[in-house]
Amino acid sequence: MKEPVVKLMQGNEACTEAALAAGCSFYAGYPITPSTEIAELMAERLPIYGGRFIQMEDEIASMAAVIGASLTGAKSLTATSGPGFSLKQENIGYASLTEVPVVVVNVQRVGPSTGMATSPAQGDVMQARWGTHGDHPIVVLAPSSVQETYEITIEAFNIAEELRVPVILLLDEVIGHMREKIVIPDKDSLKITNRKKTDARPEDFLPYKADEDGVPPMADFGTGYRTHVTGLFHDETGFPTGDPKKADALLRRLHEKLDKAKDRITLVEEIETEDADIVLFAYGSSARPALSALRQARELGIKVGLIKPITIWPFPEEVVDRVAKKAKTIIVPEMNLGQLIREVERASRGQADVIGLNRVDGELFKPEEILEKIKEVR
Amino acid sequence: MQRYEIRLAGTGGQGQILAGIILAEAAAIYEGLNAVQSQSYGPESRGGASKAEVVISDGEIDYPKVTVPDFLLVMSKDAWGKYGQGIGSKTKILIDSTLVSIEQDSVPEGTRLYKLPITGMAKDLGKEIVANIVALGAITAISGVVSRDAVEKAVLSRVPKGTEELNKKALSAGYDAAMSLVAVEE
Amino acid sequence: MATEELLDEHFRVETMPHIWCPGCGHGIVLGALMRALEKSGFERDKTVIVSGIGCSSRATGYLDYDTLHTTHGRALAFATGVKLANPELNVVVITGDGDASAIGGNHFIHAARRNIDITTIIFNNSIYGMTGGQYSPETPEASWATTSPYGHIERTFDLAELAKAAGASYVARGTTYHVNPLSNYMLKALKKKGFSVVEAISGCPTYFGRKNKMPTGTLMLQWQKDSAVPRTKADKLSAEEMKGKFVIGELQDIDLPEYTEEYGKVIKKAQERRR
Repeated sequence: MKEPVVKLMQGNEACTEAALAAGCSFYAGYPITPSTEIAELMAERLPIYGGRFIQMEDEIASMAAVIGASLTGAKSLTATSGPGFSLKQENIGYASLTEVPVVVVNVQRVGPSTGMATSPAQGDVMQARWGTHGDHPIVVLAPSSVQETYEITIEAFNIAEELRVPVILLLDEVIGHMREKIVIPDKDSLKITNRKKTDARPEDFLPYKADEDGVPPMADFGTGYRTHVTGLFHDETGFPTGDPKKADALLRRLHEKLDKAKDRITLVEEIETEDADIVLFAYGSSARPALSALRQARELGIKVGLIKPITIWPFPEEVVDRVAKKAKTIIVPEMNLGQLIREVERASRGQADVIGLNRVDGELFKPEEILEKIKEVR
Repeated sequence: MQRYEIRLAGTGGQGQILAGIILAEAAAIYEGLNAVQSQSYGPESRGGASKAEVVISDGEIDYPKVTVPDFLLVMSKDAWGKYGQGIGSKTKILIDSTLVSIEQDSVPEGTRLYKLPITGMAKDLGKEIVANIVALGAITAISGVVSRDAVEKAVLSRVPKGTEELNKKALSAGYDAAMSLVAVEE
Repeated sequence: MATEELLDEHFRVETMPHIWCPGCGHGIVLGALMRALEKSGFERDKTVIVSGIGCSSRATGYLDYDTLHTTHGRALAFATGVKLANPELNVVVITGDGDASAIGGNHFIHAARRNIDITTIIFNNSIYGMTGGQYSPETPEASWATTSPYGHIERTFDLAELAKAAGASYVARGTTYHVNPLSNYMLKALKKKGFSVVEAISGCPTYFGRKNKMPTGTLMLQWQKDSAVPRTKADKLSAEEMKGKFVIGELQDIDLPEYTEEYGKVIKKAQERRR
């Protein structure tokens, strides 16, 4: 095995490099701050490896193109920010229902609307979960460092491929733009998952008949299976159905395939929660000042812990439930006016006080303000 | 080396961000330290207020931004107006005296003010565009946060081909001039 | 090959009957496409047919190919992903007038501008049929639709002219009345490298026809016969004389660089620079 490479890299750059390492061979996108570096780097890097990049006419088309590309077997990526993420939503729903693996990056900025395009926020947490129409399954991952962005981008592709589901990689302007030391692992040491392909004969193939794990094996377009892919509710054959039983079975299976994989795909870090009276719950860039505040509080003898979810959907409710049993208070710093705190409240089931700390001014929290809150609730 | 926070402030186009990147690379790649570099900028690429930040530490860097800078580079009057307030009692301040004039009595007690005609020195070398590298040399000398050798390696890996000699000269000019200021101080 | 044999060959006969109303022209358009596909020599396992949303877009479900029934207006954007990711595939898009010209208008323009090797067949029945008869950009001026209960005041959009101006390699318009030339245009479109468009004027007796005194398939065909003017003849007519009529025939046939081939050159350049 080769020596790992040490670099200073932007989060957006780490995302690009990791996507390539994960085997991404197709990118379609539309320029939007603060995600544009991903498109620029993909435009430069993809063709070197024989991959393909296209700047589409709009965000909607970009989302459509990555789904089309993925159906030919290409691991596909698109990246955007809040307003563009909204435009992509209809086709994200299409990918959910048709079970097409794709990774969608949203480098969050302040909104609604054009908002503050160069400043960070975490206002798209609920949009990432519920942005598209219908009762759809989705996976949302939120790394909090450049190193983690690299690792979690690979994980995003792995989950998308394994479960045939769109995966949202929720960065924010801080993570996307800051440069940080990163150790790039040797390619041979990476665990890369590729979608299950069918080995059935074309005449026997049922494109939406799932295995035990709830995931149907795929047949790429152009390989002789002549499959039909539709956004209409369909049965195992892939053809539209209006049968209520089959419709029910389809939507339930789409959710169950995630439930079955929940333990594996719900990534959470716990830091000093074991003896903590006060627990911080922070994700993305907010986890950085939270960790700083934790260290300062511990020096003052205050028992503070941190739950840092990387997977925010599915929500890590078991961890919150367990921690809430022991902790007195859970503080949820978010760069929004209280989004994921609702899930923390729900999961903690009244066992601990849940208190929000919110910023929507385009600035990252300072450790001191989190420390102040800790002292206040002590 | 404990957490050390550096803020580079000036006008867009002066190359603060590149200087910040080089400094962070010197620390992270050539000194084996941890480093985070970030920036804020307006929608305009040139002419607006520009700020780059670098945090260097031998431990984990939890909070990636500057809280109270240990070192502040000021390369425009606006930048002083905007970031002069946020300094601590021990902040070392380096001003580009070609563009900004501040006197020791207008900075808080305990802080140390260094003045170098950074842009003028770059002009003397033939290219104003290397002012950021002159500044980088001076920061290296005054802060001691990374070695001159590491910074030089980082500069050479970042600058365009054919400009290596010019940039080396710029780095040396800044470093040597600042060293003589530090020597006077001692 | 007899029609029955062609149907067996190109259709998923188990998905029949189709959803189209009695008298609908879409079966005629699809039949013309089937004959063109047969003659094209396209390998069926290397051909992907993509559609949007609407009556016409249901056609993909019936065809025994790799088929992709997408979201409203976006067929060309999905198809662009398919084609660029695997340029060896033949890609055909089936779309309706509302799908292609209203909600999908931007994708149509840019697919033509890129000149990506996709063949687009527009089933133009002048109306939103699936939702029950609302006007589309192709609805003729002064006709009637459920959303123009006082008469339609918008001008009709000429999609063929748009495709020409945007840089499509091949553009033709036919009708379900002139079915043999329609199929021939489709064949030429399939074989043409670059973005090719065949607009097929189709009839919707149920929603467009009933509102406009043409409530049967025959009357819709009669209307097409009376309103279609061959290009050579149309060139000699004044705007006044062309009022209420439309041009049929081959409207553009030019050779321009094709997008995926150009991207192939990008790949070469990137790899050479790397070395």
